[in-house]
Amino acid sequence: MVSVLDHIIGPRVGQRDLAKHGMKYGAPGFILLIARVLLLISLFVPFWHMELVAPQYPENLHLTAYVNHLAGDVAEINSLNHYIGMRPLEEAASVERTIGVYIMILFVIMLELASFIHSRWAVLLVLPVLTFPLVFLADLYFWMSHFGMNLDPDAPLSNSIEPFTPPILGSGFIGQFETIATAGPGLILASIASVLMIVALFFHRRAYKPLVMASKAAAKKAAAKKAAD
Amino acid sequence: MALTRFSSKVILTAGMIAFGAASSAMAQSMNDVQKVAKERGLTTQDLIAAAKTYTPTGMKDEYVIMSSGGHSGQVFVIGVPSMRLLKTIAVFTPEPWQGYGYGVGDEILDEGNVYGKENRWGDTHHPALSETNGDYDGDWLFINDKANARMAVIDLRDFETKQIVKNPLFINDHGGAFVTPNTDYVFETAQYNVPWGADYAPMSEYKENFRGAVTMWKFDRKKGRIDKEKSFAIELPPYWQDIADCGKLESDGYFFLNSINTELATGGIEQKKPPFEAGVSMNATDYLHIINWKKAEKVFQAGDYSMVKGFPVISLKTAIAESLLHVTPEPRSPHGVDVAPKGDFIVVSGKLDPHTTIYSFSKIKAAIASKNFSGHDEFGVPVLDFDSVMEAQVEVGLGPLHTQFGPDGYAYTSLFLDSAVARWTLGGSYGSANPEPDWTLVHKTPVHYNIGHLGAAEGDTVDPDGKYLVAYNKWAVDRFIGVGPLLPQNFQLLDISEQGTEMPVIYDMPLGVGEPHYAQIIKADKLHPWSVYPEIGWDPATQSVDPFAPRPKMERVERKGEHEVEIFMTAVRSHFTPEHVTIKQGDTVKWRITNTERAVDATHGFSIPVYNITLSLEPGETATVEFVADTAGTFPFYCTEFCSALHLEMMGYLMVEPNE
Repeated sequence: MVSVLDHIIGPRVGQRDLAKHGMKYGAPGFILLIARVLLLISLFVPFWHMELVAPQYPENLHLTAYVNHLAGDVAEINSLNHYIGMRPLEEAASVERTIGVYIMILFVIMLELASFIHSRWAVLLVLPVLTFPLVFLADLYFWMSHFGMNLDPDAPLSNSIEPFTPPILGSGFIGQFETIATAGPGLILASIASVLMIVALFFHRRAYKPLVMASKAAAKKAAAKKAAD
Repeated sequence: MALTRFSSKVILTAGMIAFGAASSAMAQSMNDVQKVAKERGLTTQDLIAAAKTYTPTGMKDEYVIMSSGGHSGQVFVIGVPSMRLLKTIAVFTPEPWQGYGYGVGDEILDEGNVYGKENRWGDTHHPALSETNGDYDGDWLFINDKANARMAVIDLRDFETKQIVKNPLFINDHGGAFVTPNTDYVFETAQYNVPWGADYAPMSEYKENFRGAVTMWKFDRKKGRIDKEKSFAIELPPYWQDIADCGKLESDGYFFLNSINTELATGGIEQKKPPFEAGVSMNATDYLHIINWKKAEKVFQAGDYSMVKGFPVISLKTAIAESLLHVTPEPRSPHGVDVAPKGDFIVVSGKLDPHTTIYSFSKIKAAIASKNFSGHDEFGVPVLDFDSVMEAQVEVGLGPLHTQFGPDGYAYTSLFLDSAVARWTLGGSYGSANPEPDWTLVHKTPVHYNIGHLGAAEGDTVDPDGKYLVAYNKWAVDRFIGVGPLLPQNFQLLDISEQGTEMPVIYDMPLGVGEPHYAQIIKADKLHPWSVYPEIGWDPATQSVDPFAPRPKMERVERKGEHEVEIFMTAVRSHFTPEHVTIKQGDTVKWRITNTERAVDATHGFSIPVYNITLSLEPGETATVEFVADTAGTFPFYCTEFCSALHLEMMGYLMVEPNE
């Protein structure tokens, strides 16, 4: 049991080595720390933004998605959407928004744990966090197309609009509206965090792989010696 | 050089005017401007006037006129310099567009019932914007009704009437509304005198039983209402108290009030007695009333008053004994009394005297202190010696009425008979602000025609802006195309930004919805109106959320009793919920409806035929209408505002099942 845990945690670095190569061993953990900070900040800033441009809205309509809530002209957009039979925006991704913050905190903890693990198991902890921005966009796409493709056929304007999926990044047109979707600072921070995680994993591998190899070789040697005995 | 640059700018702007769109202005030139000007017969002066006033789409006005509506009973909101009518505010008169008096607002109108009788019109005369330290603060607007002596309070967050109070003592007011420099009180003065409460008394008892008075309405800024409990009146002689003005800065604490008919004329043309028009103009002078209102407030608070018609009144005797009231001669049949920006001079114009007469407040104070009286009037009121309080007289022209002030030591007086606006100079500490000698007529600009009041930008505050002046002309005669024998009034905009003799008319605005008297002009950035109500379920009557306001998913028709039903309805583009409302004939109906919109301008109307109901529900607003469904039938209700593409479809049915 202890040996399995040791195996997962990976080899420890000796005090002398740590003092001598602080940079080498500290880098992965430090970079992951920055990634954690960026993720924490992203909790408080918009992840995604859609602007709807139409003549009668001189200041445009705005929809802003945070990890845990929607903001902007939600009521007005819902009110317009009801004409084409789209469900209220609050009903989209409600589970995701409810658990979003906890997931992010879990991610931060996973990264924290990852920086203590000196084996390849660290990758397992980092990978879900690393893919988060892509998962976010995929989820957004899923909901947008789910809502856009499943319009209420009894809605007032259902004859005059075909089911559609608005672009989740970039611009498109729905009725008299031009939609312009952009990534928010939260998504950008999370993406930077992902890049940092890749960099951290690179340094992690460079620092700890030799140690893992060495300890494996030592174990092999010990096993061979034991067998020979 | 500067002039050339200015005129080229003007021409460029005029070019945009001629062709409407700035985007296509590239290929246009001065030749195009000249071509249009020639075609339309416009002079260079006209083009400059156009450039000063033309307001292209999206550009906002710099000032806002709050105009009385005369016997339309309303208030008009007009932009300056565009002179576009922005809004009509219903005050004493029901108005269907705002849904005022057709199911909602009736309780406010009812506050203004006169001896139990509905009087659904008013004669609004003198609006007063609320002030802080003698300057407009853009929060409240007060307006009087001359016809029935009522005072109304308008909230400038939503530009809606919130309160009407009926004066219990008199039936007619002209002097009102005037506010103290911090809006502690709103003044209202009687004009056509009657016995207290308009009780009956024969004309032969005029001197004994008819009363003059000034009412000091206490304004509770926090509640946004006149507090009748803390209001009181001061009895005055039965002269026709006319227009007034509050002292400010140096004269803060005082109130100045004109009077007509110190002759105590009672008319009777049919009995070959002098008609009022002659009888009230016999004396060479009338009396300027000088009232120490801060002292009067103390007398009231000390309890030195009696209750008349259920309202506290400081008697004339007490007013004289406590030295609250003094008078001094003024040119006969005066119209305006206007306090100069620093509060140091009081300008009075008697319409039958070509002069304006300027009184010095420091001299008035000295005369009161030294009891420098030339005598007492027949009611025992001390008369201050005219020569000892008069500062100057300036001959301005025929029929001077009202005076406004500029920032540069100029005063502007309307000349009714001359049909002109006179610019003249103040003396004293104002004298150095302009090149002309003190107390001198500088220039007269003809206006069209028969100017009554005039308004300069913030021209009755401690800090006048100058720039614009509007002549509120009574007659238009030949200014506009014919629209039948009832002609619009003509509001003429004058540019007063240059000193000296340059103050041209730059715009004519026909106003075909009322007969305005006074109007104040406030800097637009002092107004902070809401664009939508702050929250869904907002009741404008209380300016708070109504806990019973219908909300989405809680709409219902609820039977409360055998003959009582309550409806909870919401309105949002483009449907009402519920759409079928079925009730029984004879039901007492309480119909609650909320506009759940948050978008600017997404107003819904709500109207029910037969039952004479029409409401305006602005975004967030909730309203409650009560009526008895005494007529059975099938009644489509619908949204009267073109709210959306499916506006026509925004309707429903009220089904009133017959009893048998």
